[in-house]
Amino acid sequence: MRLLVWLPLLVLALPFTSFLLLAVVAPLRRAGRVAGAVGIAAIAASLGGALLIWNEGFRHTATWAWLPGDGGPMATVGLLVDPLANAMLVLVTLVSFLVQVYSLAYLADEPAPALGRYYTYQSLFAFSMLGLVLSPGFLQMFVFWELVGLCSYLLIGYWYQRPAAARAAVKAFWITKLGDLGFIIGIVMLWAATGTFEFATLFAKAQAHALAIPALGTIMFLIYLGAVGKSAQFPLHVWLPDAMEGPTPVSALIHAATMVTAGVYMVTRAQPLFALVPDVLALIGWVGAFTALLAATMACVENDIKRVLAYSTVSQLGYMMAAAGAGAAEAGFFHLLTHGLFKALLFLGAGAVIHAVGSNDIFRMGGLFRAMPQTGLVFLVGTLALAGVPPLAGFFSKEAVLGGVWAAHMTWPFVMLALTAFLTAFYMFRVVFTAFFGPATAAGHAHEPAWAMRGPLWLLAALTVLLGLRLAAGGGEAHGPAWLAPLSVGLALAGVALAWAMYQRGALDPRRVAAAFPLSVLDALARRRYGLDALYDGLYRGFVLALSRLVGWIDRYLVDGVLNVASAWTLRGGDALRRIQSGVPQDYVFGVAFGVLFLVVWARLWMR
Amino acid sequence: MSLGAYLTLAALVFAIGLFGVLTRRNAVGILLGIELMLNAVNINLVAFARFHGDVAGLVFTLFTIAITVAEVAVGLAIVIVIFRVRRTVDADRLDLLRG
Repeated sequence: MRLLVWLPLLVLALPFTSFLLLAVVAPLRRAGRVAGAVGIAAIAASLGGALLIWNEGFRHTATWAWLPGDGGPMATVGLLVDPLANAMLVLVTLVSFLVQVYSLAYLADEPAPALGRYYTYQSLFAFSMLGLVLSPGFLQMFVFWELVGLCSYLLIGYWYQRPAAARAAVKAFWITKLGDLGFIIGIVMLWAATGTFEFATLFAKAQAHALAIPALGTIMFLIYLGAVGKSAQFPLHVWLPDAMEGPTPVSALIHAATMVTAGVYMVTRAQPLFALVPDVLALIGWVGAFTALLAATMACVENDIKRVLAYSTVSQLGYMMAAAGAGAAEAGFFHLLTHGLFKALLFLGAGAVIHAVGSNDIFRMGGLFRAMPQTGLVFLVGTLALAGVPPLAGFFSKEAVLGGVWAAHMTWPFVMLALTAFLTAFYMFRVVFTAFFGPATAAGHAHEPAWAMRGPLWLLAALTVLLGLRLAAGGGEAHGPAWLAPLSVGLALAGVALAWAMYQRGALDPRRVAAAFPLSVLDALARRRYGLDALYDGLYRGFVLALSRLVGWIDRYLVDGVLNVASAWTLRGGDALRRIQSGVPQDYVFGVAFGVLFLVVWARLWMR
Repeated sequence: MSLGAYLTLAALVFAIGLFGVLTRRNAVGILLGIELMLNAVNINLVAFARFHGDVAGLVFTLFTIAITVAEVAVGLAIVIVIFRVRRTVDADRLDLLRG
């Protein structure tokens, strides 16, 4: 047992050690693949530790004083190990490990120093994410929250020479910062009202009804804003599709399985606090459901395979948030875990396809199932899981979410989520039918990827299936009414059927369907991303750029102008005064004589 | 004779010396003007010493005369060197320090 106390700390410290090693020892980092081996070894050991902790069902809280204050520390750092954190630990270390192994093959063509840099960031990310998961208080969570944001920025901008990647990195950073601003204000307000950052203390107060703070609604709303930014909820979701400029394994790890779920994790973690403010909770549910639907419609018209998956991630994050908002946080968290597995699988599968085809456009793929049957098979498994087809893992978590939302009597969010389920099946099978079946349009010859890439794919696919089978064998506790399971399966199958009819069978022409009246408006809107990107662009241009232009004008013409005028007058004055200095000593004596005369006269006449 | 007469004489000599310093174009003339001004001061010192019965004024006068001699020696030496270099002692043309 003594060992187990230190185990979480070890799980946390290993990636950090790897990061330090790679960051400080430059020759090791520049060695590329060796750096990768260091990172993989560290995260593999971490995974082992996390599995051990999870297997033991270990619960432990350790805190150390951080900021000293009157009467006890103002803030603490520590480790909070409970079932929630345990499950998340396993997910984070597992996906991190698989992604790092996968990256070794995926980024094999990268120059060694760049690969070393990649693994340095990966190790830092693993450390930050684990630190976030293990946070026993809001303050530590915020610190790691920002660290994962930093890693996201660094990894999106991994190919920083590409302007699009650099722009996407900055966009992701800025937009999540908007939410984080609310997060930190909320934390500080909560601290000002209660004097603590710690979850345990806050929850105890919440249970004892000692949290009757008048501004609690505002505080929790501000804290929720952090999750809106991080978990890409409407209206701050615009950064996530752009984040696909990063390498695909990064998208799989950070922008599908782990970091973007930090917001959901935080809301789940702080559920006792959110439960005190039903208005905010309802808002979370509505925004989540709306985000899910909105992102699903955008995924339907996207041709870039990674962006489809990105919108799908936004949509599924909306699902999780909707569950949290409906008071069924454990259902949302369950969906987070299963989604982490099969979305990482889908992204890694998409990465294999992109690696083989050299393009992101699904209409330039086609017939890939024949060329790469293994990738196709695991991709299909992931797609079925995402679409919510039993007995895969996604079906159970999705049903739990829908049941939770229905039980909370949120009818409209439920309808939106049900519609999303239909659209999810549709757009995912649109990708599958277009890219893997149908006529082979792929330029060049596609081939199966290296084993370092196939291994993680198979493992994730096996886990998705096994988890689903395990849940199915467990009978799957009855969530919600009896008609729910047939409904969600029916919606999924309808989506699959529609995609089949449109993209495989050709019975319906997608263009003509999209041109029919009510859909044409939606199609046009979705293709323009509902003007949200343009809106942010406009805000950025109109507000930030206008402000900077104004500041630039003030600097150039007012601040510099004053200086220029002053210097010009100094020059001119000096030029005028220069002429007094004739160089002839007699002139000076003249000045002295008349000066003395003037002083004498002045003294006699006025100084009486 | 009253003290006022001595002081008037000294003031006149000083004014003449100052006029010479300000108007002469020859550097030697300027030195002569300075000489006059210094001697006007000497007259003042001697007159005050006489009328106040204080010997300190006489002592100062002796010092002034000695220093004046040195000043003239140095001043004339400078004028001679300037003449050797510039081939002129016209004060109006010695304006190397003009701004």
